[in-house]
Amino acid sequence: MMTTTKQRDQAIDVRGLTKSYKTLRVLRGVDFSVARGSIFALLGSNGAGKTTVVKILSTLLKADAGTAEVNGLDVVTRAAEVRESISLTGQFAAVDEILTGRENLVLIARLRHLKDPGTIADDLLGRFSLTGAATRKVSEYSGGMRRRLDIAMSLIGNPPLIFLDEPTTGLDPQGRIEVWQAVKELAGQGTTVLLTTQHLDEAEHLADRIAILHQGRIIVNGTLTELKRLLPPATVEYVEKQPTLEDVFLTLVGDDGEHPAATPSPAPTSEDPR
Amino acid sequence: MNKHFAGDTAVLLGRSLRHITRSADTVITTAIMPIAMLLLFVYVFGGAIRTGSGSGSYVNYLLPGILLITVASGVAYTALRLFLDMKNGIFERFQSMPIARSSVLWAHVLTSLVANLISLVLVVLVALLMGFRSGAGVLGWLAVAGTLTLFTLALTWLAVIPGLTAKSVDGAGAFSYPLIFLPFLSSAFVPTDTMPGPVRAFAEHQPVTSIVNALRDLLAQRPVGTDIWIALAWCAGLLIVAYLFAMTTYRRKIS
Repeated sequence: MMTTTKQRDQAIDVRGLTKSYKTLRVLRGVDFSVARGSIFALLGSNGAGKTTVVKILSTLLKADAGTAEVNGLDVVTRAAEVRESISLTGQFAAVDEILTGRENLVLIARLRHLKDPGTIADDLLGRFSLTGAATRKVSEYSGGMRRRLDIAMSLIGNPPLIFLDEPTTGLDPQGRIEVWQAVKELAGQGTTVLLTTQHLDEAEHLADRIAILHQGRIIVNGTLTELKRLLPPATVEYVEKQPTLEDVFLTLVGDDGEHPAATPSPAPTSEDPR
Repeated sequence: MNKHFAGDTAVLLGRSLRHITRSADTVITTAIMPIAMLLLFVYVFGGAIRTGSGSGSYVNYLLPGILLITVASGVAYTALRLFLDMKNGIFERFQSMPIARSSVLWAHVLTSLVANLISLVLVVLVALLMGFRSGAGVLGWLAVAGTLTLFTLALTWLAVIPGLTAKSVDGAGAFSYPLIFLPFLSSAFVPTDTMPGPVRAFAEHQPVTSIVNALRDLLAQRPVGTDIWIALAWCAGLLIVAYLFAMTTYRRKIS
């Protein structure tokens, strides 16, 4: 009985996951779980293996070892049922450029075997402020609109778990804010979100829990407050030093390496964990 | 899951057919190159080509080979469409959804059949304007259509392989160049008897010659002889090999 209750609370449960591409060991024993209805951010630099984790959880890739359960279902032995209960928004907006926004939504609703795909599409177009662009080809959309459509497509059929793989990469600040709002709305409705990102502020803004994936392992996992407690309280304020024209000049013409390019001092929560 | 196979394939087929109608240029481009060759060979080179007595007008002689070239250039777009789906992530989106997974591939294959069929009809219509005539009856035309369908299917499954594995747009279509060139080393444009020994040996034993000869005989209402069986054997053999390779590649991609 204990295990069933536990499984009901966990949207994702990953134990000892390993994966290698030829000789490259991308995942070296990844463990984490995600509580139902929460936003979980998987942080890591490029090539840390975030996408690999997402692909294994969304049944696109098989792990070499370890187990992964999604909504209590094993991703290997019950892959078909897993696919019923998830939605994947990949690293690049996977939308059909030749179709219109509305046609994209109708297509996904049909593939999910839902009744009344037209109504579902119109409803989502409204929710994501795309009604005005509904009959335009997606190739004419801006990056932010594409991402919004992409996320809207993932919501069709109300899957209880959504994977967002670097949802704001390549978006301008406006587009990022739009996506963040969409993610917050989702979580407000009880959907579990697993988000991967390399932007620390994104995790800070959105996530209930944050895990850092580094060199194939989860090195920390906790709430933002817990993570901040890992470091001594920092009260030092940094003032960004703008490069002077002299600095620019010296950097460009070279100054025997004695004056490296002016860079802002690294903050305690630098992206580079080293 | 398989209970959804037909429905999912139909939905995805509708999607890629919409691609075809919205970018009709791909169908027209597919037809234009063979039509240009048809014009070039009939009106420029044709007058100097002797195809032997009783072979009728040169356009009648030429059309079967041109039809094969049409298919060979058409399947480049099949590979391209699949490649683009792989590249922009929509392939993965479909694979992560509760659908019959193989329907994604089958929709592309059926789209390829439809697109090539339209291109073939366009080329035949132009040939008719240029004086192509055939007395073949319904059965004869059905046999021609059946052979061309089998040929298209075989090349389509061949096209699936680069479509799934290509690293660039150019790489996805490159496989079709040798296929387009193959009819030149066959009986498609000129009879093989005037070719030097080794070339002739190659030309007479490669698939295009037997397919072209079979189609030509069907359209001219001549007895087709063994050519049709050799042609069908080549097409079926290529189809099976290409299908197996394509499915192996596909399974490697999705696991």
